[in-house]
Amino acid sequence: MLEITHLGKTYGSGDRETRAVGDVNLTVTEGELVCVVGPSGCGKTTLLKCVGGLLRPTTGEVTLHGRRVSGPPEEMALVFQDYSRSLMPWTSVRNNVLLPLRHKKLPRADRSRLVEEAVDAVGLTRFIDHYPWQLSGGMQQRVAIARALAYQPSILLMDEPFASVDAQTRGDLEDLVLSVRGQYGVTILFVTHDIDESVYLADRIAVLTHAPTEVKELIAVDLPSPRDQIATKELAEFARLRAHVYRLIKRERPAPGDLEAEEALAAAHPES
Amino acid sequence: MSARAWRVAKVVAEIAVPAGILIAWQLWTASAHQARFPRLSTILVQFRKMWLFSQFNEHVVPSLERIGAGFGIAVVVGIALGVPLGLSPRARRAAMPHIEYWRAMPPPALLPISIILVHSIANRQKIAFIAFFCIFPVLLNTIDGIRGIDPTLVETARSYGVPWHERIRRIVLPAAFPQIVAGMRNSLALAVIMMVLSEYFSSTSGVGYVLLISKNTFQLVPMWAAIVLIGVLGYVLNLLFLLVERRVLAWHRGWRAALPD
Amino acid sequence: MTSTVLRRAASVADALLPVLSVAAALGLWEVISRTGVIAARDLPAMSTCVRALWHLVETGAFWHELLLTVRGWALGLGVATVLAVPIGIVLGSSDLAGRAFRVPIEFLRPIPSAALIPLLFLTLGTNLKSEVFLTAFGAFWPLLVQTMYGVRDVDPVALDTARSFRLGPFERLYRVTLPSTIPYIATGMRISSTVSLILAFTAELFMGIPGLGQAVNIAQAFGLTDQLYALALATGFLGVAIHLVSTAAERRALRWHPSQRQVAS
Repeated sequence: MLEITHLGKTYGSGDRETRAVGDVNLTVTEGELVCVVGPSGCGKTTLLKCVGGLLRPTTGEVTLHGRRVSGPPEEMALVFQDYSRSLMPWTSVRNNVLLPLRHKKLPRADRSRLVEEAVDAVGLTRFIDHYPWQLSGGMQQRVAIARALAYQPSILLMDEPFASVDAQTRGDLEDLVLSVRGQYGVTILFVTHDIDESVYLADRIAVLTHAPTEVKELIAVDLPSPRDQIATKELAEFARLRAHVYRLIKRERPAPGDLEAEEALAAAHPES
Repeated sequence: MSARAWRVAKVVAEIAVPAGILIAWQLWTASAHQARFPRLSTILVQFRKMWLFSQFNEHVVPSLERIGAGFGIAVVVGIALGVPLGLSPRARRAAMPHIEYWRAMPPPALLPISIILVHSIANRQKIAFIAFFCIFPVLLNTIDGIRGIDPTLVETARSYGVPWHERIRRIVLPAAFPQIVAGMRNSLALAVIMMVLSEYFSSTSGVGYVLLISKNTFQLVPMWAAIVLIGVLGYVLNLLFLLVERRVLAWHRGWRAALPD
Repeated sequence: MTSTVLRRAASVADALLPVLSVAAALGLWEVISRTGVIAARDLPAMSTCVRALWHLVETGAFWHELLLTVRGWALGLGVATVLAVPIGIVLGSSDLAGRAFRVPIEFLRPIPSAALIPLLFLTLGTNLKSEVFLTAFGAFWPLLVQTMYGVRDVDPVALDTARSFRLGPFERLYRVTLPSTIPYIATGMRISSTVSLILAFTAELFMGIPGLGQAVNIAQAFGLTDQLYALALATGFLGVAIHLVSTAAERRALRWHPSQRQVAS
């Protein structure tokens, strides 16, 4: 349903030119959960913004359901990493989740129902009339997810949504993603730099090179469903997949001077 | 001194110092016997006689009307212009020379011109004068407030296909609101000053007019009563505004408190 | 290739935008006045006013008046600074003193200085003393408040560190508190600069004290509309000049300060 063909994005001009995304090709089928992993600074966010219609690609194109993406498509929802900056602090959780639905032609009763169901799906019914800043980081990210779900997209793009959340909360949120995917049947394109997370969640993993980004390898993840934070991660197959992805990324030597990428890699996997 | 003694001392000081100043003022003016500095008690008596309520309708109401109308127009125009200027860098570039010039212009320089252009010294001249200069604090703060909006918020709305007019109504304006309110507060204080200036310069009614007339006829106690009234007016309007602001921006305080330092 | 040319053209157009906008406004003024949309008697043509301004600039009297206004502005601002900064430091440093004087400051601060004109008229008279008093009174409050904020905002960790290095109270004031307060004082001076100019002009206009304000008064009294507009334009430019200088000074003072400063006014 989602086709990314020869996608490239270049910033600037002349000798200040930066090729963030080089040549990305990827197809996502209906109902899939595809994880996109790559070293930090490899243009993942740029890629996602192009796919989401927020940036115009320099080369190539993105089609959703056969139609070219030239602006944010109606059937797509985005969840960013900076949840606290994407929520409106002046109004309640309910109104935050309601925002994308306001311009859709739906009767008011239906809108309320969608909002309440989505908030319930992420387990925040008790806090529906609170201000977002009264909630913890993990809960705020749930609000962002509920907002995306209430919108009833056919595809969900998530840009490192759990990177700013503590490890234990991250596990809960990962399971939440899997459960809403099952409940709502939505296709998900999930960007992360956490290798464990990518293997845990994915049906398929796209491993990226460093900038200018391309798809280095597509890996099918054959782990049993439903996934479990403990049982799944004890499986030998999990370890094998994890190691494989890790090696692919480690072999991605960062561009000279790209200290940030090196440091990020080192920080993510200190045992290496 | 112990902590408790310090706390008591602070409370005592907070009451004693203002009271002390008032007492000192009374004592000094009583003993100085200067016509130009009448006793505080005399001023207060005159204050009550004039403003509560015999000359209230005649002078205080017109002054308040002018402040209200001028301020109101300034807020509407300031926000209406500030939104497109805040959103469009190109529009800002074009408007900048004009804004920078007029905001730096000392208002009294335009008093005679305002009378000439409006052909009168009636209410509309004063309201126009007040409104014109009170636009700038609101305008500038609106522009700053909009420029400072977190782009993540706007991008999120864009990604959900929220149309531009809804984006402005539901995201841009609320997000810039705290800054706009700060501009409004400054604008209100400015409106009081502009009112006094324009009435003192040319008017047939109003608190500034009373100030002028009583000076010209050497009625010193009414003159002082007018000065005190102007001070009280400035203080009370500011206080009322702060009370409204506190209620309306409660979410903002909570949000800022919750932000990690 | 063409896209670079287009981009270059667009950036040139952008740079010219302010100039074009001013030219358009001036042109509009000329048209409005010449075609009588607003009577030329009320709004002299732009060209007429500019010519009048040019005449002014060529006469020594105008520059003399300008300097008088600048003198009033400077003296008022200076007196205000000399008083507000030390008092602000004292009130900001001592919680007791700050609280004791909170109510009087809150009450006196919003008083429009213009209300004092008649009083000054009758006491100090219509001379430079009145102008300086009025100007200083108005400029005092923003500076005081900003200085107090600055002192209160000093990083307690920095002060504790200084104390742990056994720096005495005056040294702490000089080496930690003051440098940290300077950006706030600079902001206060920017605000007070504007207030000071307005009040200097006001004093001259209303009390007939020599300066640009009085020149405006005379022009109005004699019905010299061209002159009136020219003086207003000139005063505007003076205001812009002072604003630019004080903003530049503020920016310089703020260079090293973390961007979380709090502007009171």
